[in-house]
Amino acid sequence: MSELSAVDRPNSYIGRSVPRPNAKRLVAGRGQYVDDLRLPRMVHVAFLRSPHAHARILSIDSAAAKSAPGVVRVVTGAEMAAVCTPWVGVLHHLKGLKSAPQHALAVDRACWQGEPVVAVVARSRAEAEDAVGLVEVAWEELPATVDMETALANGTPVIHPELGDNLAFQREHVGGEPEACFADADSVVVQASFHTGRHTGVCLEGRAILADYNPAEGRLTAYHSNQAPHMMQTVFAKHLGLREGDVRVVCRDVGGSYGIKVHVYPDEMATAALSKMLGRPVKFAADRIEGMVSDIHARDHRITARAAVTRDGVITAMEIDDLTGIGPYSVYPRTSAVEGNQVVNLCGGPYGLRGYKARTTVVFQNKTPTCQYRAVGHPIATTVTEGLVDLAAEAIGMDPAEIRRRNLLADDVYPFRNLAGLAFEGLSHHACLTKLLAMMDYEGLKAERDALRAKGVYRGIGLASFIELTNPSPFMYGIGGARISAMDGATVRLDPDGSVSVASGVTEQGQGTEAMLAQITAGAVGVDVARVRVTTGDTETTPYGGGTWASRGAGIGGEAALQAGNALRQQILVIAGAMLQAAPESLDVRGGVVVDRATGAERLPLEELGRIVYFRGDTLPKDLPRELVATRHYTPKDYPFAFTNGAQASYLEVDVETGFVKLLKHWCVEDCGTVINPMLVDEQIRGGVVQGLGGALLEHCVYSPEGQLLTGSLADYLLPMSGEMPDIAVAHVETPTKESALGAKGAGEAGTAGAPAAVQNAINDALRPLGARVFAQPFTPARILTALGKI
Amino acid sequence: MKPAPFAYARATTLAEVFDVLETHGDAARLLAGGQSLIAALNLRLASPSLLLDINGVAALRGVTFADGLLRIGALTRHAELGADPLVAQHAPLLAQAVPHIAHAAIRSRGSIGGSLALADPAAELPACALALEAVLVLASRGGERRVAAADFFPGLYQTALRGDEVLAAVEIPSRAGAACTLQELARRHGDYAIVGLAAQRLGQGVRLAWFGVGPTPLRTPRAEAAFAAGDVAGAQAALAGELDPPEDLHGPPALRLHLARVLLGRAAAALKGH
Amino acid sequence: MKLDVSLTVNGEAVSARIEPRQHLVDFLREVLDLTGSHAGCEHGVCGACSLIVNGEMVRGCLMLAVQAEGAEVWTVEGLTETGAIAALQDAFVARNALQCGFCTPGMLVAAATLLKANPHPTREEIREGISGNYCRCTGYHAIVDAIEQAARA
Repeated sequence: MSELSAVDRPNSYIGRSVPRPNAKRLVAGRGQYVDDLRLPRMVHVAFLRSPHAHARILSIDSAAAKSAPGVVRVVTGAEMAAVCTPWVGVLHHLKGLKSAPQHALAVDRACWQGEPVVAVVARSRAEAEDAVGLVEVAWEELPATVDMETALANGTPVIHPELGDNLAFQREHVGGEPEACFADADSVVVQASFHTGRHTGVCLEGRAILADYNPAEGRLTAYHSNQAPHMMQTVFAKHLGLREGDVRVVCRDVGGSYGIKVHVYPDEMATAALSKMLGRPVKFAADRIEGMVSDIHARDHRITARAAVTRDGVITAMEIDDLTGIGPYSVYPRTSAVEGNQVVNLCGGPYGLRGYKARTTVVFQNKTPTCQYRAVGHPIATTVTEGLVDLAAEAIGMDPAEIRRRNLLADDVYPFRNLAGLAFEGLSHHACLTKLLAMMDYEGLKAERDALRAKGVYRGIGLASFIELTNPSPFMYGIGGARISAMDGATVRLDPDGSVSVASGVTEQGQGTEAMLAQITAGAVGVDVARVRVTTGDTETTPYGGGTWASRGAGIGGEAALQAGNALRQQILVIAGAMLQAAPESLDVRGGVVVDRATGAERLPLEELGRIVYFRGDTLPKDLPRELVATRHYTPKDYPFAFTNGAQASYLEVDVETGFVKLLKHWCVEDCGTVINPMLVDEQIRGGVVQGLGGALLEHCVYSPEGQLLTGSLADYLLPMSGEMPDIAVAHVETPTKESALGAKGAGEAGTAGAPAAVQNAINDALRPLGARVFAQPFTPARILTALGKI
Repeated sequence: MKPAPFAYARATTLAEVFDVLETHGDAARLLAGGQSLIAALNLRLASPSLLLDINGVAALRGVTFADGLLRIGALTRHAELGADPLVAQHAPLLAQAVPHIAHAAIRSRGSIGGSLALADPAAELPACALALEAVLVLASRGGERRVAAADFFPGLYQTALRGDEVLAAVEIPSRAGAACTLQELARRHGDYAIVGLAAQRLGQGVRLAWFGVGPTPLRTPRAEAAFAAGDVAGAQAALAGELDPPEDLHGPPALRLHLARVLLGRAAAALKGH
Repeated sequence: MKLDVSLTVNGEAVSARIEPRQHLVDFLREVLDLTGSHAGCEHGVCGACSLIVNGEMVRGCLMLAVQAEGAEVWTVEGLTETGAIAALQDAFVARNALQCGFCTPGMLVAAATLLKANPHPTREEIREGISGNYCRCTGYHAIVDAIEQAARA
């Protein structure tokens, strides 16, 4: 029996838009987010956070706070350090990466505005906040290192003197012969300096944890709004002096994550430690204002880049110099060097270059720490790469679609290793671009654009091809020493009533993980999808796994579920074979019934099989195995990552009087291999696209020269809202990975990866007749009017 | 992010309001629609010891028209303002402004009196009051006094209201049939405008009231004169001498000055087409 | 200081003694255990706490619970039980117009309010109608589709 059969089985749900089993609950307001939970004797914590970007803590007077109504405990950094050990966010394979020990509460010194300094525990959050206002900290302001451009300059204060300088990480990679390409007299060199704005994720449900340490058992249970419960189990155990087995992390409904909720946050660690100190449940639910300065930020990059192109349109080389500021600490345990490292890896990714040179410089600064956020590095690399491609096209007078046709890696070149060292198993750049251009009616749109230009209406079309890293193997984190599982598991069980349960180590934050697991399991076992129950997000009841990040849920968690479902079906068939006196190979399970494989004739409902096995095992042969439960794990082994690809397009109008951009339409064609649930995949793409559009046009964490966040509320940090966002057309090309039976690759980050580049190119297309260009995101009216010379 | 503790009382008559203002002074805040105040309380940007809820004061409600004068009670909600036939007839500029104010949920509670008393320089209604040459009725124990909108906004978030007064109503001479337009440029639906313009024809003249360009809503008399004379370019040029916009997250002063000129051109087209 | 407050929530008379500083959405969540309404920003921007009070949509974080004295309040729980928003809910599920679900109760209130005023809105009108409700997951397109679908139903 071929393993692939599970995808093509008669009652397979692969490729069907089955509604999510949890959606009905959520539309009825019956979600269970952390802040919805209440436990006996539960108390609340609020944090005094540093008002300064960099300051020494001279003294803390918490006497008034301690006697305030409702206050249970006030804890400083020094007291916290006795319970919770500090951490250092480095990975061994990122050579030279350094960082300083970070504490749950600042000890002696605060290094960014918003760093937690004192914890106040009280009966209610309001009382805790009241008492925070009574804590008096004597600060000695220290010079702040704010601007990443000068972080390494002489005279700039070194944030961690023991590290010697503010350089966290640097990596340079050279592939092929970039110098020769740039020196080629027949080539044109184009260049630009790109800026991507510092963003943050703004999960509508703020970060939250309810930590419940039971001293009688010596066990910590953490109800956590998080993407990686097993990773957190390990982290809590390690830093609170517990055994991993004595820590349980439960992630019920998570109100958005996008990479924000996969990091170790000092306030969350402090909450767990407070529960251990107090021996009672402590809840921390970050409010929006503290979230803006304490959730990780991302994408604060300046990239100077150039490309060489021959006069007949062959892009021969790219050279990238990336600089990024990551705040005062590399975030634990994934580190803050990965984003810059990804820029080095991913630039030029869709193209067949002869020379590639890239460098990233990652510096410390006194701002909120940055770390991995949806599509880590991809929107940066794609913006730079596709910006250069359009500049190259313009320089030689070639259509942007045509230059991509000439330079994208051919669809039959795989397997292929590019000059950045990335191994591609199978991509479909040309198929995606062809489909995209047809879907958007590229030629028709160009004609419309040109006709409107004659009337003074400036519309632009922007294209962007991209690659996306998915299904990471241990080469992403494990190899660097982090206990972040690249493997994931699924346990699939048949219960007496013929229903099936699946428990998986990958987690649900709304992507549809549970629907995907149910679909795969239902098809593999052979039952109606409505008979499958899914459990995720509980370290006690699910197989150890990595959780959901880096677009790994379907590709890794889904494959484990498929293998476990197949194994359960085999168990069922062996037992059914004995009961029916038939060869297991002659039977199958379809629609919850054991059938004759050849004719489909129904032989035995699963509930009858369940009844016999569980309650009348005495009637079965003595040596017959009775297991109706199977666990399988899966780790990608052939490739470090399963790369996917796609192409996006933006059509927009620039009001050249006001600099306002109106998005008219957006298209995305992507290839995530096997599509398990088309509707869910499409919505991943659309949501991701809008996250990219937000960054391109609106979102920006702006700091004052003193290191104060100026966009600290949702009135100033402009999120994409429905009124300004376009309809988004989505289509797919399917190139399944051969590494797994399922063939699924990730789709969660593709939208975000390509959208900003498409918008940048569309704006510059619109502005081209006026001789203006913009490369600094967000593309605000002020920046566009400046480029137009109007202000 | 919970408010600091405060006491709360409800008033149903103006006399009760005056009692509280006299007893508590600055420590008390009047709660009307609350759409700015409660956000400020949540953020602990405001921490009054007493919040006096005036939503039950009947004297502050209602829209009436008599003797050529439209009177809008201070507690008139934005949504009511946008739907009121008398407002649509006699002060259509206000009706035009309403859809630009935040979002439906805010408009169902936010009030015109609250908006004027807050005096946010980026808000629509203070500028509309200026363009309409509205008169604000300020009530105190001693009776009512009337202050022209032009005199009501002395500085950033400042008003002519004394500590013992409450804004009771807005009076506007009927502008029925006179052309008007509200133009604004906001990054997203419902956002405060980067620059906004409330323009109201009055006889042969025009009133140009700007929001988002300075510490208060403000008028530009030289631009008005040029505009009224049909010289739109001259009016646009005059703005450089009359507007001194701040630099902020949206961009440099030049951004707002430029956008103001653009809006003026658009207002001219809109008024022409009226 | 605590005050007595009596109101009707989801058709049920309720009374409680509360601090005046408690905003309506916290009251519903913490005192009445109606956790379907969510606090997303507590400064009136995100729309997650949208509720129906006396027939109108309000921000639950911009109204104090004591202000709801005598009011009639509807939350997603009550709107679900009465079937008042069933067509929208069905359309949201069928179209996958929600992902994490945190914005959904508020989004449904905004959608229901829109459809009450404008039973057959265009896509642009739908986008304007929900423009005060932040959703980070979906990109809005599916929500617009679902509201369109519910309006047709």
